[in-house]
Amino acid sequence: MSIPLPLFVAVPLATAFFLPLLGRRGKKAATLLANLATGSLLAFAILSIGNQGVYQVGKWPIPLGINLVLDGLSALLLLSIGVVSAAAMLFSVRYMEQYTAKAKYLSLFLLMVAGMNGVVLSGDIFNLFVFLEIASIASYALVAFGCGAEELEASFKYMVLGSVGSILVLFAIALTYGNTGSLNMAHISVAIQNFGLNAGLAFALSLFIAGFALKAALVPFHAWLPDAHPSAPAPISAMLSGVLIKALGVYALMRVVFNVFGVSLPVAWILISLGIVSMIVGAFLALGQWDFKRLLAYSSISQLGYVVLGIGLGGLIISRGGNLTWASLAFLGALLHLINHSVYKSLLFLTSGSVEMSTGTRQLQQMGGLAGKLPVTRATCMVASASIAGVPPFSGFWSKLIMVIAAVQAHFIWVAAIIVFVSVCTLIMYLKVQRYVFLGDLPDSLRNIKEERGSMVVAMVVLAILCVCMGLLVIIPTLKINILDPAVKALIDGLGYSARVISMGSM
Amino acid sequence: MLYGLCFLLFTIGLYCVVVKKNMVKIVLGIMIMEYAVNLFLIMLGYRLGGVAPIVDQPQLEPGTQQLTAGFLSRCVDPLPQALVLTAIVISLGSLALMISICVRIYGKYHTFDITEIRRLRG
Repeated sequence: MSIPLPLFVAVPLATAFFLPLLGRRGKKAATLLANLATGSLLAFAILSIGNQGVYQVGKWPIPLGINLVLDGLSALLLLSIGVVSAAAMLFSVRYMEQYTAKAKYLSLFLLMVAGMNGVVLSGDIFNLFVFLEIASIASYALVAFGCGAEELEASFKYMVLGSVGSILVLFAIALTYGNTGSLNMAHISVAIQNFGLNAGLAFALSLFIAGFALKAALVPFHAWLPDAHPSAPAPISAMLSGVLIKALGVYALMRVVFNVFGVSLPVAWILISLGIVSMIVGAFLALGQWDFKRLLAYSSISQLGYVVLGIGLGGLIISRGGNLTWASLAFLGALLHLINHSVYKSLLFLTSGSVEMSTGTRQLQQMGGLAGKLPVTRATCMVASASIAGVPPFSGFWSKLIMVIAAVQAHFIWVAAIIVFVSVCTLIMYLKVQRYVFLGDLPDSLRNIKEERGSMVVAMVVLAILCVCMGLLVIIPTLKINILDPAVKALIDGLGYSARVISMGSM
Repeated sequence: MLYGLCFLLFTIGLYCVVVKKNMVKIVLGIMIMEYAVNLFLIMLGYRLGGVAPIVDQPQLEPGTQQLTAGFLSRCVDPLPQALVLTAIVISLGSLALMISICVRIYGKYHTFDITEIRRLRG
């Protein structure tokens, strides 16, 4: 069954504008409506798996009009946005009671989801920029939502760097338009294939990489992330770390590099080095943290490095004319790691929110012995930690294993060694979390805490079950063929994207 | 030459963001960068002595083919102007948010100097 593509953007956008109208008294109704919206988005995303399609806005044919494109890669991202936003929304039902102005929170949340879905679906490069800005501005406001001194400071830092990233992207779009005379990704790609890269386009590509890397917080551009993610309310941290940096950063980077400009040797090396530096620096910085959420934020940088490394590795194999099997294996590992990370990192942020709500602190040294007090949080946090550290049979193990196999087969033994080494660092990091939060002695001040019940627990348990089952995505062939393979194919095809979109558009 | 000046404006904005210590000046730097990019987009589509890309009824009478050939060589590209309008609206939104956050920060810390606003570190 095919879902009309504009619904992915229209449903959250319409709900977001409707919610503030409900006013103060309609808080329950607003919460219910917002949950319905995210739930239906998840259902749409599941129904659109395995579909492909082009939607022309206002029936204008491309390149005159704007188009929305659904392919394997978009469907995969839509699915992970759907899962994480539904879980985070369920979690916020109870969690956001601590804050005032819940209706405003809900509408900002939905605006962010609308922006991300738009980025993932857009087939027009300027439209991508517009959706990117919708999602970013909503997230700047959400980071500052608590209005405490630290939240505001983090939000300002995030906003300055985020705006610079957006401006770089806009500059790159202007250069691309000037050199190819089109804003449609498929037509830009055709123009580049026909006339080759000139200096202006090469400059535009480097600006694109810098802008999207700023949004994805890869290491030289990461300064905002460890402040912004911990300062936001827990469900928003889960959204930011779980999907926002992937949809706005990594997805856009993949789309532009592989499908519009075409991957080349230097670009692949840039991606690999960004990935490796992020992995190592992120892991080392995370090891030294004593703030629970800050540790998680640094580990996000490190895990995103894995994804970019896998993609760069695949691109390198393709541009060297190597064996496509190993290239697709590298992409498979990277994309699986991307969705795995969105599930377990959002789960970890939700558990940190649950711990913070019960104990009132985020400092690891002030906690301890919470295993008896918070049994569900403890169990789900255990599952997520095991997944992120790559303990078999949890999800993170499979994606790392696939990437290691791809690296070894493509004769990059040192890359495989780095993957394993960072994985060990991750294990140490999460053993530290387990040790200081859940084991050890219970401080006297925390004798009387108790766990929250209801929707928060449901959200965490659902994500934990997903964490355990993610491995099935590669083991069960039907799931792999329907969910992961189309996404891998979209990257392997590279410039074939343009021909596919143009032929689908003319149907 | 004009493009060079435009790029100079962009680097002035970037310099302002990187070097200045006052939050409001950083915001202004971001806006200067934004305007430089907008100016660049407008210049891409502009043609000296061009006409507005609007077709009247009398111009259509000689036939569409003749019209387009002559018209396209003289008219200004309207697309970048539409893009710039959108970009201006977006930058207005982020500017409003940025300034309001600056005001809230001033209320908390009583200073605009970013070297004194450093509670987050590590």
